[in-house]
Amino acid sequence: MDPMEAIKQTYFQECEELLLAMEEGLIAIQSGEADSEVINAVFRAVHSIKGGGGAFGFENLVAFAHIFETVLDHLRSGTLAADEEVATVLLRAGDVLADHVQAARNGEILAAEHDREIKQQLETLSGKEGGCDAAGDFDGIDFKPAVIALDDLDPAAQQGWRIHFAPHAALYAKANEPALLVRELATLGETAVTSDLSRLPALDVIEPDQAYFAWDIVLKGDIARDKIEEVFEFVVGDCELDIQPLETPAPETPEGLDVETMAPQPEVAAGQPEKKEAHAAAEAAKQTIRVDLDKVDRLVNLVGELVITQAMLSQRVAECKIPRSSPIGDGLNELEHLLRELQESVMAIRTQPVKSVFQRMPRLVRELAAQTNKKVRLVVEGEGTEVDKTVIERLGEPLTHMIRNAVDHGLETPDERAAAGKPEEGTVTLSAEHRGGRIVIEVSDDGRGINRARVREKAIERELIAASAQLSDEEIDNLIFMPGFSTASQVSNISGRGVGMDVVRRNIVDLGGRITIGSAPKSGSRFSLTLPLTLAVLDGMVVAVGDQTFVLPLAHIIESLKPQPQDIRPFGHGRHLLNVRGAYVPLVQVSELMGIKGAAKPLDGVVILVESQGTGRLALVVDAILGQHQVVIKSFEGNYRHIDGIAAATILGDGRVALILDVDGLVGRCRSQLADAELQPTGT
Amino acid sequence: MSTETIENASIRRQFITFHSGDQEFGADIMAIREIRGWTKTTSLPHAPDFVRGVINLRGVVLPVVDLKARLGRGCTDPDPKHVVVVVKAGERTIGLLVDAVSDILTVTAGDIQPTPDLARDAQAEFVEGIAVLDNRMVTILSMDRLAASLVGEGLAQAA
Amino acid sequence: MGKVILTVDDSKTMRDMLKLALAGAGHSVIQADDGVNGVEALQNAGAVDVIITDINMPRMDGFGFIDQVRRDPKNRAIPILVLTTETEPAKKQRARDAGATGWIVKPFEPAKLLAAVNRVAP
Repeated sequence: MDPMEAIKQTYFQECEELLLAMEEGLIAIQSGEADSEVINAVFRAVHSIKGGGGAFGFENLVAFAHIFETVLDHLRSGTLAADEEVATVLLRAGDVLADHVQAARNGEILAAEHDREIKQQLETLSGKEGGCDAAGDFDGIDFKPAVIALDDLDPAAQQGWRIHFAPHAALYAKANEPALLVRELATLGETAVTSDLSRLPALDVIEPDQAYFAWDIVLKGDIARDKIEEVFEFVVGDCELDIQPLETPAPETPEGLDVETMAPQPEVAAGQPEKKEAHAAAEAAKQTIRVDLDKVDRLVNLVGELVITQAMLSQRVAECKIPRSSPIGDGLNELEHLLRELQESVMAIRTQPVKSVFQRMPRLVRELAAQTNKKVRLVVEGEGTEVDKTVIERLGEPLTHMIRNAVDHGLETPDERAAAGKPEEGTVTLSAEHRGGRIVIEVSDDGRGINRARVREKAIERELIAASAQLSDEEIDNLIFMPGFSTASQVSNISGRGVGMDVVRRNIVDLGGRITIGSAPKSGSRFSLTLPLTLAVLDGMVVAVGDQTFVLPLAHIIESLKPQPQDIRPFGHGRHLLNVRGAYVPLVQVSELMGIKGAAKPLDGVVILVESQGTGRLALVVDAILGQHQVVIKSFEGNYRHIDGIAAATILGDGRVALILDVDGLVGRCRSQLADAELQPTGT
Repeated sequence: MSTETIENASIRRQFITFHSGDQEFGADIMAIREIRGWTKTTSLPHAPDFVRGVINLRGVVLPVVDLKARLGRGCTDPDPKHVVVVVKAGERTIGLLVDAVSDILTVTAGDIQPTPDLARDAQAEFVEGIAVLDNRMVTILSMDRLAASLVGEGLAQAA
Repeated sequence: MGKVILTVDDSKTMRDMLKLALAGAGHSVIQADDGVNGVEALQNAGAVDVIITDINMPRMDGFGFIDQVRRDPKNRAIPILVLTTETEPAKKQRARDAGATGWIVKPFEPAKLLAAVNRVAP
């Protein structure tokens, strides 16, 4: 790739990070929690976006960032107070800056009307306190560029220049070097340099860090004055500099010395460090590197296969009757230990804080609030919670929809809220935390709660339920997940984008997660997503059923038990319930579910009590428990269709494939079959 | 894709031929990844009889289809002499259980005749054409259609 | 003659651009992403011919960085160029007050950058 193109990509990646940091800071400013470091960070972010943008010629972006930055600079210097009005404008400006970046990334230019209004608002803000225009920035500067004569009209310029240059000590203190300047002058034209030693005191009073030398330089040729001034640009103010056209008679000069041999180096005493071979590679420690995800995935796959190979090897060794305590056994133990560590480390590469998804939500909420004329505050918690990147990537859509739903359906208008005795501003809370080896993400609002009567009416209208159906509150709430359900009386342009909560639930279930809803009339609703931390491995219990081996996800297992005859009760047509300490749970043989012949009867087997969040418990009968392992999840759906009751496959230590049971699916199916048998669910 | 290649008579194609039951079949060599001896599979629940289950092919979970059963000619009773032809069709990889692999056949597209209309049985769906050479008749199968039939609705109906 | 140049900037874009221009002219580039790391990189690098630093950086900004560098007598002679934008003359002055040798206006052209480097380092 063209190096500049590569840097441009870096720039856009960096912009993403900077925009997120900026937004985070702006939200802190809005909530009044910002200290000067936060404001500085926001300023830096906008400044860096502008700086890089300039390098690639994104003029509109730079122009906008500049106006934005100016306001932030006032905020930083305290000439502008961060009140609510200002914070709102800044947040809007942040969104528009993000739009500019996106446009630049797409090779487009943002339409002028897109940022006109916000530009005006920003300009109003920076004009607010007055006297802070560009000229104000020049105050207190003591190095003004020398006044330049109109060179082109000056015939003397055709001849050349006579330059008197007398450095002050400050020039050396800033590590400027007169000899280099003289050398650079020589690149402009023919030079004749004479040293002015008139300031040199007696040797015994010479101070090493004082400047005693001065030079008179005659520069011949047709050279523009500003070229010469450019050479001295860095030292203006730290020296006497007099540039005169050549015909002016040269002042009397004392004995001349060649500057090249007599260049004063007062700093030598300070000891310039010896130049050594420097290592270009000795870059400062970086906090992150960017790696192509494909490379990580390849690594994850390889490690997965390595784990399987190791398990197979262990099994072969065991088959050869080599004891675990032998040197070979020790080596295998060590290998197993290292592999597990390797596997964990590799999986950790893929984890990311949910922040990257959560960060997109504040803007969404602002836009929704504006569209619905509601006042909304978004509270974000636990955004540092880490989860596998594949999970993160697929979280955005369901979360977006849930937030839309919360603002659009959940929250009331400010008037309604006021009438209900609530603060006008509604709160939507988005949180994430690790719980039991999974990540739980919640979206809650303090709105009106689910209107159950309306939901029920709608469900009947849509023939989703019978008019006579007796449903619990929870069951009514769950109706909103049914395909084709929408509570909005008219399709609004926010929630009515063709996706319903049924799609949200499907997305979540596809990720191996679950979604539940809790709602209280007048005080709000809460959606909880429970998701696996990674889609690549799971802790499973390996069980035998007939001649087959299955894996049950450990996260769903409550306990395993040996059933007693008196605990098993026949129920309905050929079905059974198991009494687990007073609660009756449907009892199902895995062999029956999976169509396996020759498996043990319930009393001869082991019962594993599993639970599916939301749908309840199930007692599964298997022949025996073979062990617990972390297994690598292998999907076969690319090569085969989905199988009811099977979540995925894995490869066991003997190299054979075992199927991973889909507990949620099984529980749901078995319980609905029982419900068909007109049985009230138990054990929930 | 197949119709087009058949029509272009001058193109030479290579097929791996194999026996299943009393018939000889051919599959485009480009689709064949490897040939393995039969190993015990892990059964899939609720699978039609022609899906023998899945095997582990170096970390990939591979469904194995009993070709004979797929073509409606009864199930194979596999022993270690049987082979699994690993086929990659599009993004999908499947295994085909056959009796034995015979050879590699090079034919021009013109040697391939379209499927006779009378072959309206279970196998017609997967037949791309018939290659007739020196009294041999090789039924050319479409690996794409075989693999695709394992995914999605087609299978449920077939089951 | 290639010089050893330490670049200090929190923006990877800017670091990469500096590196592209400087390395292309045969200089060795050492990078740091803020003032604190810049000081550390300078200590580790042994000898540095020129330092190019940004002003707005987290943890330790450019002013603090220059000040820190100049405090060490052995670093007093290292030319320091400040990356700045034209709209900030006050900052140029502050950087000079802190001991910067010169400045580079962003966005820079590689030729101007190299000229500035040559102007301050032999």
